[in-house]
Amino acid sequence: MKAAAFTYHAPSSIAEAVALIATHGEEAKVLAGGQSLVPMLALRLARFDHLVDLNRIDELNTIEVIGDALVIGAMTRQSQVEKSDLVATSVPLLAQAVQKIGHFQIRNRGTIGGSIAHADPASELPAVALCLNATMELAGPQGSREVPAGDFFVSVWQTAAATDEILTRVRFPLAPPRSGAAIEEFALRTGDFAIAGAVSSITLTTDGLIADAAIAFMGMGATPLRASSAERALVGATPDEVDLTAIARIAVEDTEPSEDIHASADYRRKIATGLVERTLVQALKEASRG
Amino acid sequence: MDEIAVAIEVNGSSRRAHVESRLTLADFLREECGLTGTHLACEHGVCGACTVLLDGQAVRSCLIFAVQADGRQVTSVEGLTPEDGSLSPIQQAFWNNHGLQCGFCTPGFIVSVEALLRDNPNPTDDEIREGLSGNLCRCTGYQGIIKAVREAAGN
Ligand SMILES: Cc1cc2nc3c(=O)[nH]c(=O)nc-3n(C[C@H](O)[C@H](O)[C@H](O)COP(=O)(O)OP(=O)(O)OC[C@H]3O[C@@H](n4cnc5c(N)ncnc54)[C@H](O)[C@@H]3O)c2cc1C
Ligand code: FES
Ligand code: FES
Repeated sequence: MKAAAFTYHAPSSIAEAVALIATHGEEAKVLAGGQSLVPMLALRLARFDHLVDLNRIDELNTIEVIGDALVIGAMTRQSQVEKSDLVATSVPLLAQAVQKIGHFQIRNRGTIGGSIAHADPASELPAVALCLNATMELAGPQGSREVPAGDFFVSVWQTAAATDEILTRVRFPLAPPRSGAAIEEFALRTGDFAIAGAVSSITLTTDGLIADAAIAFMGMGATPLRASSAERALVGATPDEVDLTAIARIAVEDTEPSEDIHASADYRRKIATGLVERTLVQALKEASRG
Repeated sequence: MDEIAVAIEVNGSSRRAHVESRLTLADFLREECGLTGTHLACEHGVCGACTVLLDGQAVRSCLIFAVQADGRQVTSVEGLTPEDGSLSPIQQAFWNNHGLQCGFCTPGFIVSVEALLRDNPNPTDDEIREGLSGNLCRCTGYQGIIKAVREAAGN
């Protein structure tokens, strides 16, 4: 199958891209790595008269630490993040999560901005962004604005970004001292989208108590979901005394998985319970190492 | 429909053409360049039959439009084969180990394995399996392909 005809635009700056989208309105769509959009065009599930290709905008391809955050330009490839020492040392969870996306050929093209803007609830990076309280930077005809991850993911493939805005950068807070984080997922084959998955991040006080805990699920609802009751139950606890199996059960109560050809809602809850417990064990182990 | 001029370096020689923006790089190679070694099966990113190297990186050529490759270098399976028509070491290893039956998936595997072994010349078995996960084969059951990669890596 082939995509329907479209007019191709290849701007070389953010300003030019924003202006093109403003001119063509709803008929324009942003093309990033194309690993989700092009299949939809080929299958004729989507059709746009104008594609605005961001691949020639160098200012969107960046990995840098600015202040207390790792800032990644939207067009940075998943494979660049996977291989970056800066990412591995400053936000190790992100490096771990990116390796779980598809196959190496997909990660050579797929972008960080594309994964987050596409907002597939079963995908890794939206859950990681939510767990780590990342901030999305958007640019549009009215200027730029920031949206915290907690407000960004609206529904399946829907975000708080307006159709005339592009995601330019994502800011991930640097992993604090005495913190640990982990991601676990279950998929039928390597590289498939996860049937369910969990991400956790834990920070300890200098006395070794849990100072902060964040848990997010993927594939367990229409958006990535935080498990706030379980997070509250962890804060202040002594790692050795906390019953992580019970916490995992509480966490899954905050989700609303659906049933599809891959799994029933109940099966998703069962595997998610096991997966989130594993992430908590690993995150605590890592946090206690410093 | 508007056609756009592109110049793409394919297997070392410059190819110029006027193409519709919706033409994929895979169709550009097959139809404009006559390089039919790049195969198309799913045409939506799942199977890996269309894998080529774009500026040295293995990518799915059905998910890139030819206009996006303007000014870039592309290597297809034809570009990995010695000029005298003999087989490359990876192709020979596939031959030796029954790494193919119908051969439809083979060009995609050869290109992927080329990139895989270049970046990781001594992969573990797990790394081989992970590295091959993006290419589907409906015939071999994969065991011969895994053996071929081991042989090509000299393990
Ligand atoms: C075989 C296969 C397996 C895969 N497996 C996984 C997996 O396991 N996990 C996973 O998470 N993903 C997976 N993917 C999807 C892949 O990660 C995509 O790369 C990603 O979802 C989208 O990123 P992209 O850069 O390719 O964006 P595109 O496909 O170009 O765009 C996707 C959507 O986001 C919009 N968009 C992109 N960038 C921006 C921006 N900067 N601002 C505003 N809107 C933007 C586009 O308009 C489009 O609607 C897989 C894909 C394939 C083909
Ligand atoms: S034809 Fe390109 S991935 Fe299947
Ligand atoms: S040899 Fe027939 S599909 Fe792989």
